[in-house]
Formats: sequence, structure tokens, C-alpha cells
Amino acid sequence: MSGSAGDYWKANIRLVSILLVIWFVVSYLFGIILVDVLNQIQIGGVGLGFWFAQQGSIFTFLILIFVYAKKMNALDRKFDVHED
Amino acid sequence: MDLQTLTYLFVGGTFALYIGIAIWARASTTGEFYVAGKGVHPVANGMATAADWMSAASFISMAGLIAFKGYDASVYLMGWTGGYVLLAMLLAPYLRKFGKFTVPEFIGERYYSQTARVVAVICLIVASITYVIGQMKGVGVAFGRFLEVDFEVGVLVGMSIVFIYAVLGGMKGITYTQIAQYCVLIFAYTIPAIFISLTLTGNPVPQIGLGSELADGSGYMLAKLDTVMMDLGFKAYTVQKGTSLNMVLLTLSLMIGTAGLPHVIIRFFTVPKVRDARASAGWALVFIAILYTTAPAVGSMARLNMINTVNGVDSQGTAYTALPAWFKRWENTGLLAWYDHNGDGKVQHAAGSAFEGKPRFVTNEDGSAKRGGYEERVVSNPSDGGRKEGAPFANEIYVDRDIMVLANPEIANLPFWVIALVAAGGLAAALSTAAGLLLAISSAISHDLLKGIFRPDISEKQELMAGRIAMAGAIIVAGYLGMNPPGFAAQVVALAFGLAASSIFPALMMGIFYKKMNNIGAVAGMLAGLGTTLIYIFIYKGWFFIPGTNNLPNDAANWVMGIQPESFGAVGALINFVVAIIVSKVTAAPPEHIQHLVEDIRVPKGAGTATGH
Repeated sequence: MSGSAGDYWKANIRLVSILLVIWFVVSYLFGIILVDVLNQIQIGGVGLGFWFAQQGSIFTFLILIFVYAKKMNALDRKFDVHED
Repeated sequence: MDLQTLTYLFVGGTFALYIGIAIWARASTTGEFYVAGKGVHPVANGMATAADWMSAASFISMAGLIAFKGYDASVYLMGWTGGYVLLAMLLAPYLRKFGKFTVPEFIGERYYSQTARVVAVICLIVASITYVIGQMKGVGVAFGRFLEVDFEVGVLVGMSIVFIYAVLGGMKGITYTQIAQYCVLIFAYTIPAIFISLTLTGNPVPQIGLGSELADGSGYMLAKLDTVMMDLGFKAYTVQKGTSLNMVLLTLSLMIGTAGLPHVIIRFFTVPKVRDARASAGWALVFIAILYTTAPAVGSMARLNMINTVNGVDSQGTAYTALPAWFKRWENTGLLAWYDHNGDGKVQHAAGSAFEGKPRFVTNEDGSAKRGGYEERVVSNPSDGGRKEGAPFANEIYVDRDIMVLANPEIANLPFWVIALVAAGGLAAALSTAAGLLLAISSAISHDLLKGIFRPDISEKQELMAGRIAMAGAIIVAGYLGMNPPGFAAQVVALAFGLAASSIFPALMMGIFYKKMNNIGAVAGMLAGLGTTLIYIFIYKGWFFIPGTNNLPNDAANWVMGIQPESFGAVGALINFVVAIIVSKVTAAPPEHIQHLVEDIRVPKGAGTATGH
């Protein structure tokens, strides 16, 4: 791939990598590996680690997908590879 | 109106709706039959995907799993939602750009190999068939519980309904019925949850109720549940019981498996544009998250409710004769059982098992249930009645996990129409998932095997007919297996997700993100991932799940590095990636036109309305 197509793909990989790091942090790190540490912080009656495992990670996943969709649509236009 | 009439009314009403949609949304081309003409709005597709995805297990069993496993059940919540992030960013938009009808078709063309296509078809059919058996069983169970018809009759009615809208409408009919089914199931799930959250915590939003104080002033709900459970000899609800390694691997296996399940992927072939596929995955997760973020509240509150009802205000047990009617009703279904270990006539619930394994009920000679001195059902296999360490008394009851959602409205004393709604919701969840799976199976047969390999010269009209016949055949097979489930039916989740995670997902991802991946590498990777995963599961669970044929006992001491078989899909996927990359490095690079194909699917530009070939 050359020129702008190559740059488009690199920008895409960069975006996806950043989003997948967040995806990993909220679920595996906050929800499982660091759960006991985070549980020392309480929000309402729920430990923060428990909250990330059963609620927070899901809400974050939602935000990640919509951010991805919005940013990718912008990239499509920037590199002139959008549909129609 | 009594419960029975109301339930018939709700279930009958929703079925009439599904059939009405089927007649309105008939498919007349293969494009409509396989991918609904690629004209589905992304929000509508998101809703249909949510119904497709949320099965009888999500609706009926998940909250029960959470209620009994507490924090450890988080793996299912994260695993079955986090996969959509992978699907949205790594697969869906590119597969939509590719613009064909089925998952094996992409694999066959990208790896210029009929072998790869056939391997993909086999993985798809095995994963989907095992999965659909559970749905058919779910339909039979829901009918049996709520409408008191025979299990077989229930399965037959369910089959007929799916037959009408899936054979007539294909993907088009399925999509619009799934939208209706989503509405039914989400109302059925959230309304009882709102009622229960309101009663227990005074907050109508279950997601907030989870972290709220109890309305009776006894502190935070989860803290109270932890105390109550520890007092009874259980481990605290919010504390981790399994190992972190297993939790991480199981979550990862479920996520990768979710992203690799063909019946979910093909839903993203139905939207008009690449950017719609991206947004649609987000919408799907919105609709899924409504149920998945409610489930932790339902699970924890149902557990607290149940303990309080059974053990009573003084926490010393409730006289059997004084228990509410739901206890006896569910005892009659065999999902609840009681044995009076201490002979005080009271029902007590604590840690430990009241029976040796599942309760075996005694029947009279005429086949009716044998009753004891309190009119309770007699059980032949009580445990020794020992008190578990830390428990105040011996546990006297058996509770099936599935009760948590089904009996929840009754335990919480909700009106009859809510119970009727739950029946219709459970059926909607099972039918919508079954239809999606059946479509994935029938399109793999008619499009990949028949049109793609055996008879490429058939006309579109003939292929459409073949699709309908394959669909009808798949429904009959699924119904038969639902009525006569093979012994391994309970293991399907591990198998279906293990297959999808270790074979399909890596092949798809490398097809898009690794241009130099070639045919030999991909096939070797799929077979290696699939093979090791199957072998690992079979070693501990028995070869082809035949009891007694396992080589090693299925417990933590024997697992390799403590990895449970259910969690192995992620390892299988890793093996797939490694083998595929090594093999492709030492064999010939893919031809020029395949590398161009990969470059082309990486950019959205030029995605037209798709064609069959």
C-alpha cells in the first residue's frame, strides 16, 4: 500500500490500538487483576473494582465503539476513502 | 383473569405478531434471503443483533449464574459484551466491505482455497448446531413451566413458528421478527427488575439500586448480602473465588468467541454501508447492555430475596406449610426440593448440599409425585445432613439456578401479568437466537456447499429454493435434537465459544490485518487452534463428551497451569495465530490479486450494494 492509503491504514491501526488498550484496562485490569485494590474505593455501596467488573466495563465498551465509529468516519473523509 | 389465561394471551399475542411480520416480510431473492437485501437501518440491525445474540441462556440462566457465583460471574458479563468491541473494530466493517453473503465465503475467497472454506463451514455448523439445541430446549422448558403443555409439544410449537418466518422470509423475515422479539424480551426482563429494585431499595433504576441502601434501613444492599451469605457459611458475594488467570482467560475466550460466532457476524452483512456496520455494532451493544447491566441487580436482589423468604425474619427457617405458593409451584417442576434434615418442619437454607447431587423425586405407582407429612415432595437421595463449617444449620433445599429469573416475579410478589410477560420474553429470547443460528446453518449449506462447491451452475431461483429447503431441514434437525438432547448439551457453551475463538476469529482477523497470510498458513492455523482446543476439552470432559472417557479428572489440580477447559479457547486462538504466521513465513506468499483484495477491503470506498458473486 502506498501514499495516502498506507497513511490511512496506519492512522486506523493507531486509533484501534489506543481504544483496545482502554478496553483491556477497564475489563482485565480494573475488573479482574486490580479488583481487590480498587474495591477499597466505594462508590455508593459498590466497590469500584466490582463495579467495573459488572457495570463500568460494559458502559466503557459502549463509549469505545461509538468513539471508534465517529473517528473512523472522520478518517474516511480526511483521506478521501469514504463511501458516496 | 387467572395466570394461565393471561399467559396464553401474552404468548399467543406475540406469536401472532411474529407470523404477521413473516407474511409482510417475505424474501424473493437470495440477497433478501441471506442478508435482507442489505437494506437494514443500523439502529434496527443493532436491535435485531441484540435479540439474535441474547439467547435463552442470557434471559433465563445468566442472572441465576450471577446470583450463585457473585463476583466471579463477571466473566460472563464482560466476556459477552466486550466481544462487540473486537467485532466493531477488527471484523464487521471489513467483512461488510467484502460484501458477500456468508463467513465461509470470505475465508474461501481470501485464502483462495476450497479447503479453507470447507473447514470454516464445518466449524460453523458444529458451533451453530450445538448452540441451537439449547434454544430448542429453552422453548420446550418455557412452554412446560408456564403453559403446562408437554415439553415435546412446546418444542413443536416453537419449531412451527420459526419455520413460518424463517423459511418464508429468510434473513429479511428474521430481522424484523427479531426487532419485535427484542422489544418483548427487554420489557419482560426490565419490568420485574424495576419492581424488585423499587421494593428493596426504593430506587426504580436497577443499575443504581445495585449500589443503593436497602429501603428497610439495614445498610447497603451488597454489604447486607455479603453479611447474610457469610452468616450462612457461604463465601461473601462480592469476593473473588476462582483464580485471576482463569477469569482473564475465560473472559478473553468469551470475547473472542463472541466476535467469531458466524450468526452474529452475518447480521453485519445486512446494513447498507461500511460506516453503518461500525455504528450498528455500537447500537447492538446499547440494546444488549440494557439487559446485561440489569442482570447483576436481578441476580443479587433475587438472591437476597430468596434467602430472606426461606429463612424468615428470625433467620431460623420458615415452616414449610407457611411458605408462599411459589415455593410449592416450583417444587412441582423439580427445580426446587426440600428435605427436613433436622426434623423441625421448617425449611432452612445455608451453605452445603442438601442432597447427593441433584434431587431424585419419588413417584407413586400411578406416576404421581409421592408426598410427605407436610405435603412436600419426597426425595430419595438426601445428603448426610451435616452442617457445613461456618453455617448455623444444615442446608435443606436444592435451588436450580434457572429459577432466579423465572420465579423472580413470584418471589417478589408481582402481579400475574408480569409473570405472563416473562413467559413471552423467555420464548422471544430463545426463538430469536434459534432463527439466527438456523439462518447461518442454512446459508452455509445452500450458499457455501451447494452453490460454492458442488453445483456452482444453479440459478438464483434454484439457490433460493435450496436455501428454504436447507432451512426447513435445519429446523427439523434442531427440533429433534432439542427433544432428544445428546449428553453433551450442557457443554455446548464451552464448545461453541471454544470453536469460534480458536478457529474462526483468528482466520478472519489475519485475513484483514495480515496481508501476507496465505492459504496454507490459515488452514494450518485453524486446524491447530481447533485441534488443541478440542483435545484439551475432551481430555477433561470426555472424548466427544462421552462420560467416563476423560483421560484426567476435571479439577484444578490436573489442569495445565490451572487453566479450566472452558477458558482454553483463548489459548487455542493464540496457537492458531502463532502456527499460521510461522507456516505462512516458510510457504509462498499469497498471489498479487489476493493482496489487492485485502487492500480493497481495508478502505470503505466503493462498497456498493453487494452481489452474490
